[in-house]
Amino acid sequence: MSINVLLFASYADALGAPSICVDIPADATVADVLAAIRLQPGAGLLPAKPLVAVNQKYARSTTSVKHGDEVALIPPVAGG
Amino acid sequence: MTAAGRLTRVPIDASALIAEVSAPAHGAIILFLGVVREVNDGRGVTGIEYSAYEAMAAAELQAIASEAATKFASSAVVIEHRVGELALEEASVGIAVAHAHRGEAYAVSRWTIEELKRRVPVWKREQYVDGTQEWVDPSGRPATGMSA
Repeated sequence: MSINVLLFASYADALGAPSICVDIPADATVADVLAAIRLQPGAGLLPAKPLVAVNQKYARSTTSVKHGDEVALIPPVAGG
Repeated sequence: MTAAGRLTRVPIDASALIAEVSAPAHGAIILFLGVVREVNDGRGVTGIEYSAYEAMAAAELQAIASEAATKFASSAVVIEHRVGELALEEASVGIAVAHAHRGEAYAVSRWTIEELKRRVPVWKREQYVDGTQEWVDPSGRPATGMSA
């Protein structure tokens, strides 16, 4: 299946877009999403283990990702 | 009990935040403002652009306010984080806390800003006096080595 991954701030700059569409297995996890993103131009600028949110909650590498989920890479937060 | 957290695109109104947490039961109100500063890590700053994963940031701000009001019973908490272009001395975040007593009010205020900095998906790009700009991470280093 293909899934749209939201990108923000420095990560959006690194990959050159505010979101990116990647192909992952049907029974995928966050780790699969990250592996697919690694193949994209500019992904070398990302840290080894970027934070990921699934459906607007912080996720682990083992969190499952299903069709229709909202997935986002979260750069180091800098609020306040 | 008041517990609200949200993003805003317009200047933070400190008086409005105070009014929102004020109640006859509260003997202490603490207002915290995070403000754009002219120097960061030795570099001259002229302004900061704040951006956010807006839906998640709003949800996290609301969750932190609710958790604070639960963790510190009988407190009222309102958090506002601004997004967009901010000039020096403008407030990027405002936190108003009210409680019957000052000790708890200070504790809630401190806990709330530390949680915000730890988990709310908001980012800042500093603009410097030499015309460059960089996304900043919490330790003060550029976030990915990208600069523009």
